[in-house]
Amino acid sequence: MAQPNTNVVFAPWDDPAAKPIIQFKNVTKRFGEFTAIDNLTLDIYPQEFFALLGPSGCGKTTLMRMLGGFESPTEGQILLDGVDIGPVPPNERPVNMMFQSYALFPHLSVWDNIAFGLKRSNMPKDQIGDRVEKMLKLTQLGKFAKRKPHQISGGQRQRVALARSLAKAPKLLLLDEPLGALDKKLRNETQFELMDIQETTGTTFVIVTHDQEEAMTVASRVAIMVDGSLAQVSTPDQIYEAPNSTYVADFIGDVNLIEGKAAAAKGGMDVHWGDHQPPIHITTDKPLPAGAHCHFAIRPEKVSISATTPKAANVVKGTILDIAYLGNISTYHVEIASGVIFKAQTTNSKRLSRRTFTWEDEVYLSWTDTAGVVLSE
Amino acid sequence: MRRFSWFNATSLTFGFAFLYLPMLMLIIYSFNESRLVTVWAGFSTKWYGELMQNEAFLDAAWVTIKVAFWSSTLATILGTMAAYIMVRAGRFRGRGLFSGMIYAPLVMPEVITGLSLLLFFIAVDVDRGILTIVLAHTTFAMCYVSVVVTSRLVSFDNSLEEAALDLGCTPFDAFRSVTLPIIMPAVISGWLLAFTLSLDDLVIATFTSGPSSTTLPIKIFSAVRLGVTPEINALSTIMILLVTVGVISASLISRSLAIKAKADERKAEQQ
Repeated sequence: MAQPNTNVVFAPWDDPAAKPIIQFKNVTKRFGEFTAIDNLTLDIYPQEFFALLGPSGCGKTTLMRMLGGFESPTEGQILLDGVDIGPVPPNERPVNMMFQSYALFPHLSVWDNIAFGLKRSNMPKDQIGDRVEKMLKLTQLGKFAKRKPHQISGGQRQRVALARSLAKAPKLLLLDEPLGALDKKLRNETQFELMDIQETTGTTFVIVTHDQEEAMTVASRVAIMVDGSLAQVSTPDQIYEAPNSTYVADFIGDVNLIEGKAAAAKGGMDVHWGDHQPPIHITTDKPLPAGAHCHFAIRPEKVSISATTPKAANVVKGTILDIAYLGNISTYHVEIASGVIFKAQTTNSKRLSRRTFTWEDEVYLSWTDTAGVVLSE
Repeated sequence: MRRFSWFNATSLTFGFAFLYLPMLMLIIYSFNESRLVTVWAGFSTKWYGELMQNEAFLDAAWVTIKVAFWSSTLATILGTMAAYIMVRAGRFRGRGLFSGMIYAPLVMPEVITGLSLLLFFIAVDVDRGILTIVLAHTTFAMCYVSVVVTSRLVSFDNSLEEAALDLGCTPFDAFRSVTLPIIMPAVISGWLLAFTLSLDDLVIATFTSGPSSTTLPIKIFSAVRLGVTPEINALSTIMILLVTVGVISASLISRSLAIKAKADERKAEQQ
């Protein structure tokens, strides 16, 4: 297989000439009085691994079921390759879905489960066998071809479901919480398998998940959904490092959020917060207008902790309240004079024979002027 | 193990005696030499031989089996359709009324069902015979089938059908190749239930049968009015035997299937 030039970043969403494979155009879906999807517009590009992430009830599953053809939009259009697929029934869409419960046919063997869709396409009989064998090889299920679904383990069932949904080489594969039923260790392995398979087949994947770690790991872009709307659609690193709202910042990972007022400063802006606290200096080329109400957001791992006054753009003093030791990292909860609690994370790169800090210690927290972001909403 | 107690032993004996003593009497007297049913005169199988010569009984038995087969098959098809539609249709106005109307014949007195069917057949001018009994049995057996199949469909994972649609099945193909094979055990037990209900129905068959179509229950009932003969005892014994063999083999088969499925699952977990 030709290796793509590693200098070229896969980012069709930044390329105005790129043609999206899926377009949601002002889609609204109502169930009676309840609005599940609210005037949503979204483009998904070929070969993307696109994750829909959100709390339960945010509409992510409804969005996916509309792609599969099991729900139709109340208003708006869904285009696949520029064609409106609203009136197309699920069995005529070049889209396949991997169900959360796997939905394997219990009365059919693994082989027949994978061949099920192929037998209903106009593929010649002799090619079906080859295709099934190829799928079995891709998912390492060769040994289990003759077994029934109840005779294999959960992880193997998950792979059968994947093989079955990929067998017809769909233009778009939908994965509904595909790893939800697996234990953590198997889930991590399977995430990488999924990414490999997505890369090998070049299929566009849309995954629905409530597990943010999973979305961040596998996806090329993540859409954060809340109450039927998109809060932010961006690459995992942008979502994490440059959230566009306090909701997204708080939803993804751990964050310190400080409420304050913007003030003008040279090269950036200041955020005034708390009584008797030094303002937070931020270097940015897009400062908020002075006096605006805002939140300063900074990830705990970007906050350093030290016993003596460090040289940094922002320094605050506090007392350690709690220490959470997680093996690879430790999280310190530090109470700052004004009553605000800050989280600071350190990597335990040395073995922990003696803690540098302990409870009730007076410490200094510091961060650079580019470590955090200011959010106006 | 619980200790043996006289109370338990006595209640067990009385319970079983209550259930099976009458049938046991019937079986014993079917081997009676004497024509008098209640006087024992030695062991003989001659009544079984005579039964085989009795054309009227054999004809009635054949009619009964034909009626039971066709009515239970029709009832299974209609009952499964009704169950499928009621479970899949979701919520709509008047759903409760519809499902109530499917189950109403379950509690309707048989005399009324039989009478209304008789009046209906007369009104549309259909000659009474095997066809009318089949139709009558279909109507009342259908709701039993529908109850059995509904209870299976309620626990059926809807995503299996969606997966079939997703993989290119038309809705009918999805039902035929995925739903039906999975709910088949319930459909078969619905069929068996309908078959046995039809076999022993007397009331509705009496209303809807014609001169050429006497079923076995009607035949036995009318014969008994002229006095019980050992022939009827012999016939009943054969029916008891058939039912017993059927029930025992059905339960053995389902138990061995259950054991096999459990062993398979254990095998899967060990991997």
